Amino acid sequence: MFQTPHDRRALLAGALTAGGGAAASLLFPHWARAQTHHHHGAHTATSAATEGALSGERIALNIARTSFTLGGRTASATTVNGTLPGPLIRLREGQDVELSVTNHLDVDSSIHWHGILLPFQMDGVPGVTFPGIAPHETFTYRFPVRQAGTYWYHSHSSGQEGSGLFGPLVIDPAHGERVDTEREMILMLSDWSFTPPMEIWRKLKARPDYYNFQQQALFENPSGKPWTQEQKLAWGRMRMSPMDIADVTGATYTYLINGQGPEANWTGLFRPGERVRLRVINASAMTIFNLRIPGLPFTVIAADGCDVAPVETDEIQIGVAETYDLVVTPSERAYSVIAESSDRSGFARATLAPRAGMVAPVPPLRKPPRLTMKDMGMSMGSGGAPMDHSGHDMGSMEGMDHADSGMEMNHSMRDPATAPGVELTPGVDMLAPMPTDRTGERGLGLDDVDHRVLVYTDLQTPEDRDDLAPPTREIVVHLTGNMERYMWSFDGRRFSEMVEPIRLAHNERVRFTLVNETMMTHPIHLHGFFFDLVNGKGQRRPRKHTVNVLPAGKVSFDVTADAPGDWAFHCHLLLHMMSGMFNVVTVRPLEGGAA
Amino acid sequence: MRKSRFLTGVLTGALLIPAPLLAQDHSGHDMSGHTRRAMNHAQHDEGMAMPSHEAHDARDAHDPHQGGHAMPMAPGAPSMAQDIPQGPPPPDAFSGPDHAADLFFPDKDMAHARHMVRHEMGGMGTTIVMLDRLEAKLGKGSDGLSWEGALRTGGDIDRIWIKSEGQAAFGEGIEDAEVEVLWGHAIGAWFDLQAGVRQELGPDPDRTQVSLGVEGLAPYMFDISAQAFLSTKGELTARLEAETDQRLTQRLILQPRAEALFSAQRIAERGTGRGLTSLEAGVRLRYEFARQFAPYVGIEWQKKFGSTADYARVVGDDPDRVVAVAGLRAWF
Repeated sequence: MFQTPHDRRALLAGALTAGGGAAASLLFPHWARAQTHHHHGAHTATSAATEGALSGERIALNIARTSFTLGGRTASATTVNGTLPGPLIRLREGQDVELSVTNHLDVDSSIHWHGILLPFQMDGVPGVTFPGIAPHETFTYRFPVRQAGTYWYHSHSSGQEGSGLFGPLVIDPAHGERVDTEREMILMLSDWSFTPPMEIWRKLKARPDYYNFQQQALFENPSGKPWTQEQKLAWGRMRMSPMDIADVTGATYTYLINGQGPEANWTGLFRPGERVRLRVINASAMTIFNLRIPGLPFTVIAADGCDVAPVETDEIQIGVAETYDLVVTPSERAYSVIAESSDRSGFARATLAPRAGMVAPVPPLRKPPRLTMKDMGMSMGSGGAPMDHSGHDMGSMEGMDHADSGMEMNHSMRDPATAPGVELTPGVDMLAPMPTDRTGERGLGLDDVDHRVLVYTDLQTPEDRDDLAPPTREIVVHLTGNMERYMWSFDGRRFSEMVEPIRLAHNERVRFTLVNETMMTHPIHLHGFFFDLVNGKGQRRPRKHTVNVLPAGKVSFDVTADAPGDWAFHCHLLLHMMSGMFNVVTVRPLEGGAA
Repeated sequence: MRKSRFLTGVLTGALLIPAPLLAQDHSGHDMSGHTRRAMNHAQHDEGMAMPSHEAHDARDAHDPHQGGHAMPMAPGAPSMAQDIPQGPPPPDAFSGPDHAADLFFPDKDMAHARHMVRHEMGGMGTTIVMLDRLEAKLGKGSDGLSWEGALRTGGDIDRIWIKSEGQAAFGEGIEDAEVEVLWGHAIGAWFDLQAGVRQELGPDPDRTQVSLGVEGLAPYMFDISAQAFLSTKGELTARLEAETDQRLTQRLILQPRAEALFSAQRIAERGTGRGLTSLEAGVRLRYEFARQFAPYVGIEWQKKFGSTADYARVVGDDPDRVVAVAGLRAWF
């Protein structure tokens, strides 16, 4: 109710935007539009990202269907307060907040506050932490704001986050930023399809390569790397495709930055020489992005909302639901922000420029990556001589399909001995023979780019931490799937199969080890906690809420179960979660923390 | 005697391909969730490469300058992970309510929401209608139409299939047709068991049969279907089908395909001999304008064997002919 004046102002400004020739004509939220047409100058430190933000202790949000137009086509999106992305919610560390969310849809809805530490019953996962928000009802979330940084919110119901129901959530620190900047911008990455998420899912169930038009073919070799008959036979024997990088691709997705496609070219304005903070949020349903700004190195200062020691780099791979804060110091020229989907079937684009209307060159899409032996978990372990991993496929590997031969040096792709924790259900098409820690490696397709790329082992907290007790128990979770059936699961069991929750005791410190048995990258998210990534940084191990686990990779993190309640734990690729790659983490007893 | 040996042969043939898969896929089923955690411990000794920086963390954790959280492990142990037990949760973890949210929200609402989230995260079904082939066949002898399609509905593991195939000669109506209603059950990563009823229709006397088979993806990307049929008159027949997609470009796809029919006995009133009765082998070249809409052209060799061929000659059919095909593959 109390935000009506803002809505009206947004409406007026929206009309101006349309007049300004933006190709996408949805009403964009103020935060996503301001930089394009208004230059607020540097008189306030955070003008752009503060303008039009919803702040204060009481905030009302309305979920509804809103028409969304992109490239001349119009469809119905699920939105918050009528925009895609939703409004910026800007809070301050230490305040209390009350968010009243009214559902105007004719189906249940919800909002989950991604990465936020709060009482579990405010976390917003229907069936786990609350009943959901029924049609035409209002649910009021109340929680104290105990952290600062870049976060986001999204629906946790029926795939609605895949049709627009998400927005940015920024929390200003109580005692000032660690890194001062003159300006800041939000870059919210997303993927939009005119096919609704659950219809995309149905098509994948019918034909898992439905959206993949970058396959190895007799007359086409999209990756451009040598392809031998031997390799072809080896992959065929395994019944898999080496080009299986993304399930849903640019064949149906338009990749957006702040709700605008590459043609609309969202533009952020700066004054040359300013230090600009870019709050990058990957709000996609299914897209892992590689983001770079040709000609402009950037310094990573925060990951998943948490400050890290500044590290300069040229490209990041950002998994679904991860956030990174980057600082750039642009000169008197325009720059393209390019976020390629990891399979390079499309890209999102924005421009940073000193004046509206300036553009920078848009580099052509790079060639799609092709999976290698290493992505199948076929690399040699510590016991063997290190092999040359520079993009060699397994064409020369022998015997990897003889699952029943029981030979020792045999790289079976479904040998139960390699993953005793996995039930070999029909939902498991492979077990990586030798999964390895890949946190020091670049994401798929970035091995051979000729500039710096951020890896997880680059991340460390700015100062030593004193809260890193050693864990007392390890929980191994295998990430499993069957591409042909389009089934995804933990330990071979879908959530629908009444799997046991992962049970933790209150304040127990646990090491989770995620073992990716598949050849896809899975961004795994634990609700309600920050975990401490085991990345070799000792007392400076970074805190995160979502972590990419590379194909046949292992990632360990430690977490202190200091938040009693029930928490969702899942792959943040929407359709993987909705195929069963989901579980609940319970923390007991509840007394003394749940309320 | 000869008949029973043939029966064995047909059944073995029909099940030959998936048999090892069956054995292999069930090898892990005896592991319950409880033994699993205990077994995980062995993992580190069984070929999991130990990352060097995990060892680094272990050292850090032991650094007396950094807090000194001593762990009971030998100096110089290669990995901290090895010393973290993978036992069951502490007893406290089992205290309190099964579902924490029940303390805050009405039980009925939560029960419903829990049911829904279980359903949404892996339990949803799909329905797909597939028209694998709808094609005109042109060649020596009578020209005609043939079709093969299916409706599939259900979840990941259990599905209902309604399949139909048949052919009609131009101007002469349906030559033969069949409808199958099958229950499909996933039996491993790649294959489904399919069991049900098949009804054969046509100018020949109809047959009602029970059908048992497997369908799935074999190594080297061959889609395989092997079925055995037992009719209410006690006749045993079988069908083997194999096809594979060879991508020429992203949308131009060459599909070799073969189908063989077998009979355990002579069935005179249906013009069927014993043994391998007929074979169709062809290639189709389709262009996927969309994944769900792909017209094609192709060529198919149709051959009848033994007394099946004799029966065909009696009614004036050519038991060995080559036809050109043109048709449409689509699904919805």
